[in-house]
Amino acid sequence: MSGNADDSTGRLYPYGVRHTEAMIADLSRRAFEFRAQVLRVVYERKTGHLGGAFSIAEILTALYFHQLRLDPGNPGWNDRDRLVFSKGHACAMLYTVLAHRGYFPVDELGTFRALNSRLQGHPEPRNTPGVDVAAGPLGHGVAIGAGMALAARLAGSRLKVYVILGDGELNSGVIWEGMLLGAKYGLDNLKVIVDYNGVQQTGTTHHVMPTEPIADKWASFNWHVLEIHGHNMSAILDALDSADEIHGRPVVIIARTTKGKGVSFMENAPQWHGGVPNQEQFEKALAELEEGAEQWQA
Amino acid sequence: MASMIRNPLGQPILMRKVYGEALVEMGQARNDVVVLSADVSNSDFSYMFEQSFPDRFFNVGISEPALVDAAVGMANSGFIPIANTFAFLFATRALEMVRTHLCYGKANVKLAGAYAGLSDSFDGPTHHSITDLAILRSLPGMTIVVPADPLAVVRLLPQVVAWDGPVFFRLCRNEVPQIFTDDYQPQIGKGVALIDGVNATIIACGVLVARSLQAADALRQEGIQARVVEMHTIKPLDADLVVSCARETGAIVTVEEHTIIGGLGGAVAECLAGSCPTPLERVGIADTFTESGPYSDLLDKYGMSVGAIADAVRRVLKRKSSTKVCNAHLEEIHNA
Repeated sequence: MSGNADDSTGRLYPYGVRHTEAMIADLSRRAFEFRAQVLRVVYERKTGHLGGAFSIAEILTALYFHQLRLDPGNPGWNDRDRLVFSKGHACAMLYTVLAHRGYFPVDELGTFRALNSRLQGHPEPRNTPGVDVAAGPLGHGVAIGAGMALAARLAGSRLKVYVILGDGELNSGVIWEGMLLGAKYGLDNLKVIVDYNGVQQTGTTHHVMPTEPIADKWASFNWHVLEIHGHNMSAILDALDSADEIHGRPVVIIARTTKGKGVSFMENAPQWHGGVPNQEQFEKALAELEEGAEQWQA
Repeated sequence: MASMIRNPLGQPILMRKVYGEALVEMGQARNDVVVLSADVSNSDFSYMFEQSFPDRFFNVGISEPALVDAAVGMANSGFIPIANTFAFLFATRALEMVRTHLCYGKANVKLAGAYAGLSDSFDGPTHHSITDLAILRSLPGMTIVVPADPLAVVRLLPQVVAWDGPVFFRLCRNEVPQIFTDDYQPQIGKGVALIDGVNATIIACGVLVARSLQAADALRQEGIQARVVEMHTIKPLDADLVVSCARETGAIVTVEEHTIIGGLGGAVAECLAGSCPTPLERVGIADTFTESGPYSDLLDKYGMSVGAIADAVRRVLKRKSSTKVCNAHLEEIHNA
């Protein structure tokens, strides 16, 4: 990895800073480097979910290296912003970002899904530094996030709660219960990001369970809806800023992404939801991701 | 010991109202307690908390999965949420949330399971909660507490709130007899011996503790001295007490408002099988769904009458004596 590790409390790019071209390029390059890291981990461990990890790379990078108020040296800090990683199967990317943000040694990524590891197959709270809630069974994020946002309001804290959903988990009824709840209480400290990559385990979301028009659905539930290109770092940063300007309503950012983003033969291909590459595929994928990172080199 | 129980039992009191009052007391004692409801607050009387502490009360609507998940989010922020809905809904509709976040994720959420057992009697089998103990007991990390009378609710609720980890607090809807005197000081995880006896032990939980005491009275007329133990904590089970009762009385009867599969009877059976095999009879509902009707009549019809409890003791005593014969016979064969 290039770039210096973050200091333990500050963000690489402080909140509110102007989104310079250099900052956008640097965060975009990191996202590709994180993809390459995830690819190596999944290839070496022969287990994990690449497609949904690759689609969320830029968004997680923007959150952890710019947006979130947190302290890796003190993961339990009361007033930290919360991130609920509802699409838990993509946790290889979460762990990679957490490690590079300073929550645990990067070397530990090599223990992903191994016996005695802190890096379980799906996120485990308390055991994994930086993970607040369990995830894996899909659909929990919005309601848990609403509970966190209500608690923050009750405690008088200005912390914000970010929830990352997959589009497939929008099939789950409790998501919609959570949407009702967030709207009922006008939780403007709750920001949901849908990683809308269009593909779920056995096919396209359109084929498995059509959810469009998804923006209209959230809007009709009385959420403020933003729709962006979810691999465009500039758009992501702008949307996170815009979300903070909304008062009295929760915000959802529908991020249009590509499952398997960055590796030509993995993009939009359902078999790479949980597939593990062979050596030839690994080398080709790694080369493409390194090329992707290089295009953002200053 | 006898001073812990009223003789005769005290006038019946509405348990859910006592629960509502106890919730308000919790709200006064601790400002970290929040109450969530799935729109049944006028059923379970958690509305009393809402009246006193509207800012700390959240009605999430008829959405039990979101009820539990929202409570998980609040627990993550340091509050102690008490989630309220019907007992069977925690054990069925919201089960995955309970398993993943409360048990695996160790979220410090308390589940107040209203209308447990057959107590929502007229609403019928869809509302009866007769498998909740078995389902929730199977989850690693879950604690299960079943108060037997109004005073038990008052004494146990603060301990449920203070307990480090998730608790299922199983509540009756109806007017129930007052069993305990002020000397009753329950502690989560510890069974309470209410009446001493040498011939057999009745281990009971919940509302049926009162019926178990009445059965023990009836048996005394026949010269049978039945010990009665109140096991308000189903998990973690007070195994030391179960085993000492087995050793000292040689026969056990469990009594619960639940099927005889996997609840208190199941827990005691597992304990005895591993530590001290002893004749055991389980009083409860057979492996069947129930029906609508008056509460007391339902308890009778589905096998939990005072007479049924006494009969179970008589049966287990027969097995105890035949087991003795059997053991003696085996010993003879062994020695020959």
